[in-house]
Amino acid sequence: MLYGRQTWLFENKPVILSTGVVGGPFEKDGNIPDAFDFLYDDMWLKQASFEKAQTMMLEDAGKYALTKAGIKKDQVNFFISGDLTNQITPTSFAAKTLEIPYIGIFSACATVTESLAMAAFYLNSQGAEYILSGTASHNAAAERQFRFPTEYGGQKPPTAQWTVTGAGCALLGKEGSGPVITSATIGKIVDMGITDPFNMGGAMAPAAADTILTHLKEREISADYYDLIITGDLGKIGHQASFELLQEANIQIDENRYVDCGMTIYAEDQPVLAGGSGPACAAVTTYGHFLKRLEKGEFKRILLVATGALHSPLSMNQKDSIPCIAHAVSIEAGGDNS
Amino acid sequence: MADKSKQGSNQDAQNYQSIQQKHEIKRPVFFNCLKAFVVGGLICLIGQLISTFYIRFFDFTEQTAGNPTVATLIFLTMLCTGFGFYDRIGQFAGAGTAVPVTGFGNAVISSAIEHKTEGYILGVGTNMLKLAGPVIVYGVFSAFVVGLVKTIITHWGGF
Repeated sequence: MLYGRQTWLFENKPVILSTGVVGGPFEKDGNIPDAFDFLYDDMWLKQASFEKAQTMMLEDAGKYALTKAGIKKDQVNFFISGDLTNQITPTSFAAKTLEIPYIGIFSACATVTESLAMAAFYLNSQGAEYILSGTASHNAAAERQFRFPTEYGGQKPPTAQWTVTGAGCALLGKEGSGPVITSATIGKIVDMGITDPFNMGGAMAPAAADTILTHLKEREISADYYDLIITGDLGKIGHQASFELLQEANIQIDENRYVDCGMTIYAEDQPVLAGGSGPACAAVTTYGHFLKRLEKGEFKRILLVATGALHSPLSMNQKDSIPCIAHAVSIEAGGDNS
Repeated sequence: MADKSKQGSNQDAQNYQSIQQKHEIKRPVFFNCLKAFVVGGLICLIGQLISTFYIRFFDFTEQTAGNPTVATLIFLTMLCTGFGFYDRIGQFAGAGTAVPVTGFGNAVISSAIEHKTEGYILGVGTNMLKLAGPVIVYGVFSAFVVGLVKTIITHWGGF
């Protein structure tokens, strides 16, 4: 049900039945290797291209989610997913293999929450029994599309971020046991005129702050309603900048309860500059790490705010600024629904 | 790098850009220059050694040793790029590995490797000079302008 202008409350509480999370070799050496169901040893996954490797990761993540829940793919009504690569082809090829009716979406690194919000809305309004939602990214596929060839020896500034190689899927159902989705806020484009593609976190921070403020206002709750507010891939600069924006708006958030997936996924000694990024960043960190901690009972309510920079190489070369978006989804520990 | 153009003309955008700049991690310009100087110098030293090697052991003079020296450096760059070292050195050294001829080689070779998946004609052939192309275009154009200026001065300047 609509609450305010852009927030949905899900009174039927759709359930995250299971998740599937896979990652690459660089993620294996990261901060949260336990988050993954499977970690590949090479960047290519023995495929002919990085894009094919990304397709395979998404397929595998989807299969892990289905197997864990004991649901067959022909029981699943829809597969809602997207990625960064031109015309989201890696995702479409994965949808071909999975043979699940497919809704392709694009929200760059905010794809995870956009697909989660849509899936929850369909389930809540009896539009489906089961929905597979997720996203994937591949470091080298993103580099070649948005920046330089993988082996090009250009020097990146300290504000740059590292695209996560991995995929994260969540299987959602109308009922069952697992964490439940209680609400979602669809964000609007926020563009503060940042044009530097090597400072994506700085560009996306205002979008994250805007969506968090709107979410809290429309749900009429304070920030401490959530045990943890998780942003997608703001990195060090975006994290601090968005925290300052929230404080300026008189939102009291405990610094320890405001975390970022891009700052969680990699170890301190890895050369990721400002942190991780990419659609898979928020997906693997939330599904593999934070949801597991939620299920263990470490916290009860979390708000996931994945952020996306919706520019293209063409718009960058034409000197346009970076339009940014953030969608928020609240996830709570299940119990009464199981 | 900070956005100096301040595209978003409204007050909110300007306010935010100053907040953002406060948190931005600055490029360590002095250390970057120092690293570039040392690594770039090292590459030049290797080049000099190769050049001396050709002059001493083969039939080259100081004027003619240039071509085989450049070819050897680019061959070494190809190996470093192909085995995946060059981008790591590049992140450390910055201009130190970008400015010498090895940087030019790396730009061509990395593009060629990257686009191999799209085939040899439309992939490698089309994209090989994607990064190095501007260097050639403006290199040739600047040479033309300098040549023109020199011609004007020497022919009509009365020198």
